[in-house]
Amino acid sequence: MNNKTSKAILTVVAMLSASSTWAQAGSSSSGYGTYFIYGLIIVAVLVFFMIILQVSDNLMIIEAKQSGAASKGVNLSLFPNWKELFAPRLPKYLQNKPITVLRRGHNINLEGEAEKVLDNTVAAKTFAVQPPNFMGISPIPKLEVEVGNEVKAGDHLFFDKKRPEIKYVAPVSGEVIAINRGAKRSISEVVILADKEIKYRKLDAFDLDTGSREDLVNYLLDAGVWPLIRQRPYDIVAEHDATPRDIFISTFDSAPLGPNLNFIIEGQEAAFQKGLDVLNKLTDGKVYLGLDGRGKEQPHAAFTEAEGVETRYFHGKHPAGNVGIQIHHIKPISSGDKVWVLGVQDVATIGKIFTEKRFNAERVVALAGAELKQPKYVRTYIGANVGDLVKDNLANDHIRLISGDVLSGKKKMAEGFLDIFDDQLTVVLEGDDYELFGWLLPSLNTPSVSPTLPSALFPKMKKRAETNTHGEKRAFVVTGLYESVLPMDVYPQELMKSILVGDFEKVEGLGIYELSEEDVALCEFVCVSKQPVQQILRQGLDMMREQG
Amino acid sequence: MKKAILNFLHKIEPDKKKSPFLHTVYDGFFTFAFTPNLVTKGGVHIRDGMDLKRQMVQVVLALLVLYLFGTYNIGHQHFVALGEYTGFLQGVHLKLIYGLILVLPIFIVTHVVGLGIEFFYAYKKGHGIEEGFLVSGALIPLIMPPDIPLWILSISIVFAVVIGKEAFGGTGMNVLNIALLARVFVFFAYPTYISGDEVWVAGLEGVSAGAAANYGWIHLHVFNPLFEALNLPGYNPASAVIDGYTGATPLSLAYQGGWENVTKTYTDTQMLWGTIPGSIGESSKPLIILGALYLAFTKIADWRIMFSMVVGAAVMALLLNVWGATAFMQVPWYYQFYMGSFFFAMAFMATDPVTASATPTGKWVYGFLIGFIGMIIRVLNPAYPEGWMLAILFMNVFAPLIDHYVVQANINRRLKRAKVAA
Repeated sequence: MNNKTSKAILTVVAMLSASSTWAQAGSSSSGYGTYFIYGLIIVAVLVFFMIILQVSDNLMIIEAKQSGAASKGVNLSLFPNWKELFAPRLPKYLQNKPITVLRRGHNINLEGEAEKVLDNTVAAKTFAVQPPNFMGISPIPKLEVEVGNEVKAGDHLFFDKKRPEIKYVAPVSGEVIAINRGAKRSISEVVILADKEIKYRKLDAFDLDTGSREDLVNYLLDAGVWPLIRQRPYDIVAEHDATPRDIFISTFDSAPLGPNLNFIIEGQEAAFQKGLDVLNKLTDGKVYLGLDGRGKEQPHAAFTEAEGVETRYFHGKHPAGNVGIQIHHIKPISSGDKVWVLGVQDVATIGKIFTEKRFNAERVVALAGAELKQPKYVRTYIGANVGDLVKDNLANDHIRLISGDVLSGKKKMAEGFLDIFDDQLTVVLEGDDYELFGWLLPSLNTPSVSPTLPSALFPKMKKRAETNTHGEKRAFVVTGLYESVLPMDVYPQELMKSILVGDFEKVEGLGIYELSEEDVALCEFVCVSKQPVQQILRQGLDMMREQG
Repeated sequence: MKKAILNFLHKIEPDKKKSPFLHTVYDGFFTFAFTPNLVTKGGVHIRDGMDLKRQMVQVVLALLVLYLFGTYNIGHQHFVALGEYTGFLQGVHLKLIYGLILVLPIFIVTHVVGLGIEFFYAYKKGHGIEEGFLVSGALIPLIMPPDIPLWILSISIVFAVVIGKEAFGGTGMNVLNIALLARVFVFFAYPTYISGDEVWVAGLEGVSAGAAANYGWIHLHVFNPLFEALNLPGYNPASAVIDGYTGATPLSLAYQGGWENVTKTYTDTQMLWGTIPGSIGESSKPLIILGALYLAFTKIADWRIMFSMVVGAAVMALLLNVWGATAFMQVPWYYQFYMGSFFFAMAFMATDPVTASATPTGKWVYGFLIGFIGMIIRVLNPAYPEGWMLAILFMNVFAPLIDHYVVQANINRRLKRAKVAA
C-alpha cells in the first residue's frame, strides 16, 4: 500500500466518523448512533493493524531488494499484487514468457470453422493478380504482358509508374487470358489460365551472408516478392528506398473463423526461418513475432523457436492477433516512423526464393463458413479463383463469398479472385430478409456485444453468420462502445469525427498512424449507428498520405 | 403470415415522389414493424444485432414501472390531501383511474407534438425518422407536475425539440438534454406552474384546508356511474382538503426547517418508496434504482456517470454538513438522497450518451461535477430547492470541454512518446 492509498483511507475514515457525529445530532433516537460509532471504532482498529502490516511488508521488500535477494518481476510481498489477482489463468507454456494481456476486445463465435484437413484435390483453374490489392499504387499500372502471352510463375506482369523498381509477378505459369478493367479504365485484374504443371522462372542464387543490403533489395524486387511487404502507416506496399524501424509479424489470426496458422506453417518451417533471416537483413531494428498466448493451443515450434527475432505473447480476445494491435503494445508507431508488416505465408514465400530458387506462390487457404458442406483447408496459389475453390462445396445458393474474414474481407463474386494477403475464404448467408419487430425481439442467433440480446449472454455459443445490417444508419449516439473493443490507447470515435471534419492535426494526434482497417473492424461491427468505420478510417489515411 | 403482412404493407406504400411526407411517415412505421432487409456493403460483412431502436427502447422499458407507479401515486396523493383512502392500497380503482385521466393526455400530447415535429423534419431533410424522441417522449411526462396545462407542455416540447435538437442537426447532434430542456423551459417561462407547494398534488382548488376537490366531467359522468354499477365507491365532489395539509415536498420542508421538519410530515419509508407528492415519475427510489441497474447491466447507460454522480453529491453534502450554516445544510448527507429527484436524474438524465462526456475519464469528471454542483444548487439556492435539472444542463454545456482535455491528454501522451523515441 503506497502513501496515497493510506492517505485516502484515512480521509474516508475521518469523513465517516465526522458524519456519524452529525448523524447523532440529527437523529434523536439513541441506539442507532452508538452502534454506528462502535462499528467505526472496529473498522478504525482493523485499518490501523492493516497499515502496520503493510508497512512491515513494504520494509521487508525494500530489505530484500537491497540485499539482492529479489530479482526483477518477482513478488516478494505477503500479498498478491493487483496484476496477479486479476491476471487470467495462463497455461503452463506461457510461464515466465514475455506476455501482454489485452482486456478489451470481442470474439465473434461463428459456425463453420475450417477442419484441420488439408485438401490437395481442390484446384483453381484461373488465377489473378489484382492491382487494387496493393494500397498506394496508381490505378493504371504499366503492363508488361498482353492477353495471349504465356508466362511462367515469377515473370513480371506489371509495375507502378511511380515506382517502376517494384515488380508485380505472376503467381502461376500459364496463359494471360484477360486483363479486366474497372472504373476509369483502371486495371482490376490480370487473369492467368494456369498450366497443369507449374513452370517457374529460374532465379539466380543470392548469398545472404555476403551480399549487401542494397543488392538484397534489388534481388527481392526482381524476384517479385517485394509487394508482399506492407508498410505502416497506411498499409501500403513497402518503399524500397526506405529502411524500416522494425518489422512485425503476427503468427496467429484471432478474426472470426480465422485460419489456424500453426496448421498452415506445417512443412514450411525452414522457408519461414529463411524468410525471417532475410527480413533481419532489411531492417536496422528488430523483427518481432507476435505469438498466440490465448492458451487454446501452443504455438508451432516454427514460431516459438524462431531465431534472430524478438517474441511476445498476446493473450486476449480479437483483435489480439492483429499486427496493428501488437505493434501498439510492443513499440507504437509515432509520427515519422515506418515499420513493415508481413503475413506468415508471405514470409515463407520470401524464404522459398532462397531455399527453392523460385517464386513459389503456394498458399494454404482456409475455406470457412456455415454455408459450406465441408469447411477445410486447401492448397492453392496466390489469387485463386473463388468459384473454383468452393465448387461442389456449397450447401446453399443464397450466399456471399468473402475473401478474408467477415470483418474486414472483401465481397467477391464466384468469378472473382482471392485477394493477395488473404489466407481465408468465408462463405456466409446473405441476410436480405425482413424481420418482424427485429429491434425488439430477443435473438439467440445474432452475434452481439450488447446484453440486451440474449446471444451476448452466451458468448461461447456459435452463431450462423448473415449479412443483415440489423438496423439503419444513424448519427453517432452511443459513446464508449468503440473503446470497449479496441485494446489500444486510442479514442476511435473522436478520431472518426476528426476525420469526417478534416482536422489534420487532431487526426494525427489521435494516432491514425497506428491503425489499419482491420483494427477498427470490430468497432464497425459493434456500432449501434451502423457507421462505415473502416471506410472513414481509409478516407483519413488517404487524406494524411496526400498531405505527405 | 409474415409474407402476407409484408405484401399488404408494400401495396399500401405511398409513392416517394408524389407524397414525400406520407412516405416518410410510412417508412417510420414500417421500419418500426420490420427490421429492413438492408445488407452490409463494403466494410464489415456481419453487424451486431444492436441498433438505435433497440438501444432507445431499453430506456423506455426501464421507465415502464415508473409510469405505473407514477400514475397510481398521483391518485394516491390527491386522496391523501382530501383525507380519504389514506392507505396506499385503499381505493385502488379511484386512484388508478384518477392518475390515468391525468397522465394519458400528457403522454399523448407529448408524443403527438414531439413525433409530429420529428416526422416533419425527417421529411424536410429527406432521411428516415430517427429514434431520439422515443426516449425524450417517455421521459418528459415523468418529469412534469401532474397538473401541467397541456398547452404549456406543448410549447415546451416544441421549444425543446426544435431549438434544442433539430436546429443542431437532429438526433445525436444536440448539446443539451431534450427532456430537461422542455422542463427548464416551463421552469423559466411559467414558474408558477412548476414551483411552490401547490403544483405537486393534482386536482385541488388549493392546498389550504377546506379547498374543494376538482373533478371533471369525465370523473363525475363517466366513471362515477360506472363505479356505481359495479357497486364501488365513486369520486365525491363534496370532499375538501383536510386541516393541516400543506402539500409541501420534503425538499421545501427541509429548506424551511431541516430534517426534523421533514420527518414531522413524512416518514423515511414514505420518502424511500415515493408515496409523496412530486413530479409524475421521479419519487420512487427503489423502482428508479431497479431501472438504473437494468440500464447499467445492459450497458445502455454508463455506470461511471451514475457512480461518480452519487460520490459527487455525497461529497458536497458532507462539505455542507461541515459548514452547517442553515437547517438545510445540517441535513445529514445520507438523508439528502431520500429527498427530491436525485436518483431519477442520475439514472435517466445524466446518462444520456449524446449530451454526456464521451470519454471514460470524462464520464467520471462529468458525473462527479453534476452531483457536486447539483447539491450546491439544491441547498444554497433560496428560490427553488432542487438542482439536478440545472446542474445537468450546465454540465451538458461543459461536457465537450471535459472531453477536449481528455483527448488532448491522449494527444500529448503520443507526442511525448514520439519525442522520447526521437
